[in-house]
Amino acid sequence: MSFKHENVETNAGVLLVLTMLAISVGGLVEIAPLFFNKDTTENVEGVRPYTPLESRGRDIYIREGCYTCHSQMIRPFRDEQIRYGHYSLAAESKYDHPFQWGSKRTGPDLARVGGKYSNEWHVQHMIKPTSVVPESVMPNYPWLLETKLDISDIGDRMRAQRVVGVPYSANQEEYQRNVKEFGEAVAKTLVIADAKKNLVAQAQEGNYDGDRASVSEMDAMIAYLQVLGTMVDFSKIKPEELVKFR
Amino acid sequence: MSATNQAATEQYDYDIIKKFSIMAIVWAVVGMFVGVYIASELAWPFLNFDSPYFSFGRFRPVHTGAVIFGFGGSALFATSYYVVQRTCQTRLFAPGLATFTFWGWQAIIVLAAASYVLGYSQGREYAEMEWPIDILILFVWVAYLAVYVGTLMKRKQAHIYVANWFYLSFILATALLHTFNNLAVPVNLFTLKSYSLFAGTQDAMTQWWYGHNAVGFFLTAAFLGMMYYFVPKHAGRPVYSYRLSIVHFWALSFMYMWVGTHHLHWTALPDWASTLGATFSIMLLLPSWGGMINGIMTLSGAWDKLRTDPIMRFMIVALSFYGMSTFEGPLMSLKDVNALSHYTDWTVGHVHSGALGWVAMISFGSLYHMMPRLWNTTMYSEKLINMHFWLATIGTLLYITAMWISGISQGLMWRAFDEFGNLQYSFVESVAAMHPFYAMRAIGGVFFLAGMLLMAYNMYQTIRQGVRAEAAGARAAAATA
Repeated sequence: MSFKHENVETNAGVLLVLTMLAISVGGLVEIAPLFFNKDTTENVEGVRPYTPLESRGRDIYIREGCYTCHSQMIRPFRDEQIRYGHYSLAAESKYDHPFQWGSKRTGPDLARVGGKYSNEWHVQHMIKPTSVVPESVMPNYPWLLETKLDISDIGDRMRAQRVVGVPYSANQEEYQRNVKEFGEAVAKTLVIADAKKNLVAQAQEGNYDGDRASVSEMDAMIAYLQVLGTMVDFSKIKPEELVKFR
Repeated sequence: MSATNQAATEQYDYDIIKKFSIMAIVWAVVGMFVGVYIASELAWPFLNFDSPYFSFGRFRPVHTGAVIFGFGGSALFATSYYVVQRTCQTRLFAPGLATFTFWGWQAIIVLAAASYVLGYSQGREYAEMEWPIDILILFVWVAYLAVYVGTLMKRKQAHIYVANWFYLSFILATALLHTFNNLAVPVNLFTLKSYSLFAGTQDAMTQWWYGHNAVGFFLTAAFLGMMYYFVPKHAGRPVYSYRLSIVHFWALSFMYMWVGTHHLHWTALPDWASTLGATFSIMLLLPSWGGMINGIMTLSGAWDKLRTDPIMRFMIVALSFYGMSTFEGPLMSLKDVNALSHYTDWTVGHVHSGALGWVAMISFGSLYHMMPRLWNTTMYSEKLINMHFWLATIGTLLYITAMWISGISQGLMWRAFDEFGNLQYSFVESVAAMHPFYAMRAIGGVFFLAGMLLMAYNMYQTIRQGVRAEAAGARAAAATA
């Protein structure tokens, strides 16, 4: 039997099946291995799920479309190392559903913005970026300070993330596992049942927006920004160990 | 002439095509207006007006959604329903389902735009729609596939014409990409908010597998289907090489799916994956240019039409931009070039040389060809088509030139060191330096939008003319009866 392209052109079913085959290979080869590959699933000490407040801040980051202008992925170049810090590790976004690596730097990379500026600076910058960076083209976000953070469904939000694989604990067994993996202090922040209490406590203690009386969206946003890139302590890691983290 | 057209309007299901064509133009005007607006926000930030609803971050997906899925999608539905009927010499299979694809698709675009403005987004580029909208898309898409394949099955021609292969490939690939990229768990059943199933590196890989193939299949393969029907038809010449179209089709369908990882060079994605993506990106130059040559050479023997026919000019300039973008793409997928170009405006310029130069222009050409035939009349004004052509071409050139300059400047400023080994520029210095180019880009957009408005006016008059002639014909028929 000799193959003729005419057979494909005269049979819609054959055309459909062959096309489906042609378009399926690439994705399978490139995506499937990533779920089993050590490079992409490794553990790095310090990386932990977001606290309820940080997680709500991340929700707002996504809501406002910050990723359309800011990346969170530092590349291994000398200029980026000096400007932003150590290149990003795969493990640092392992709890990011969805990832926010971004594709555009209309503004600077934010992967390690945590701890670079004070909370007061962030509040000022969010309300009116040009007040601290005169040349900035970033929009003003005054509503973040004025809007109270909706924490009514924080439990649902954590449960949904638990379903997709973030180790928020729903029972004692999971809590014990988290204690073993992240230590007791962190494990406590991951308990779904205590989400509201933990969220309010962190906002009051952190005093991100300068007002302890209530929890605003600004509190959550700044709590998120301040944790970005700070989970891994690079001073503890020797350069030769880093090779295996790429 | 008029008699055969009259027969065609009865032979084929034109109503659905008319609806999609009109909406393609409506969404083009809306989407391009929003595009000009957000471009202006970057040049003159006061336009954000301290309002959550107009801020760049929420408005940008409104632009991309309206132009890609509203304009591009509606143009594809319209032309694919036209091409599949005419090349199969049969009416649409399941016209009820086809009507559902129309209303469903329009609802999707409106709901998506409204949800972004209100702050619901998956945070995935070009797939920002939240889960209920994604499910609606899936239903519409399955209906589309059923209508399309059903029509192919009941064709009266032995052969399935090449344009249909490309449309079919686009429908299948979009179904595959959409499904896997939007796997997510909703917070609860009464909110739009959801969290994606994948995280970090796996999520990035899945998103850019989707993201680049939205370009590869939605914005390329499908529009090549358009090209393979409308260019030969309008030129009145057969496709240059039949063999080339076979090679073009299979090579393009197979290779495109591999290239998404070039969006993730130098990231935490394993090196082998992005190298593989770059390799396929470079190989993809061959089928891309094969297709471009096949399209342009179809005009051999009819080159004079370029002088006299602005519709032909739209099509050939579209193919030229296609050739240029598919050369620029592989270039930018090289790791060393990407190290400079990634994260800069160069990427934005590249996308728009494809989107404005190729996708929009081939759609304009096809719609101008199709609409007088749908309404059984002639175009209201050739002159306006010609003006539209020049506005669109100048607009595109202004846009991409501005983005080349700003993109390459950004890349160079970010990596510049002074004589002491310190960074030469702070980040914000690069932001300030972009202002003139952001203004120039916005002006390019205004040109393109102005051309689009001319098209909308021209189409409105053409349709009115067609509807009046039909009404007059019906009256005359009634009078003689």
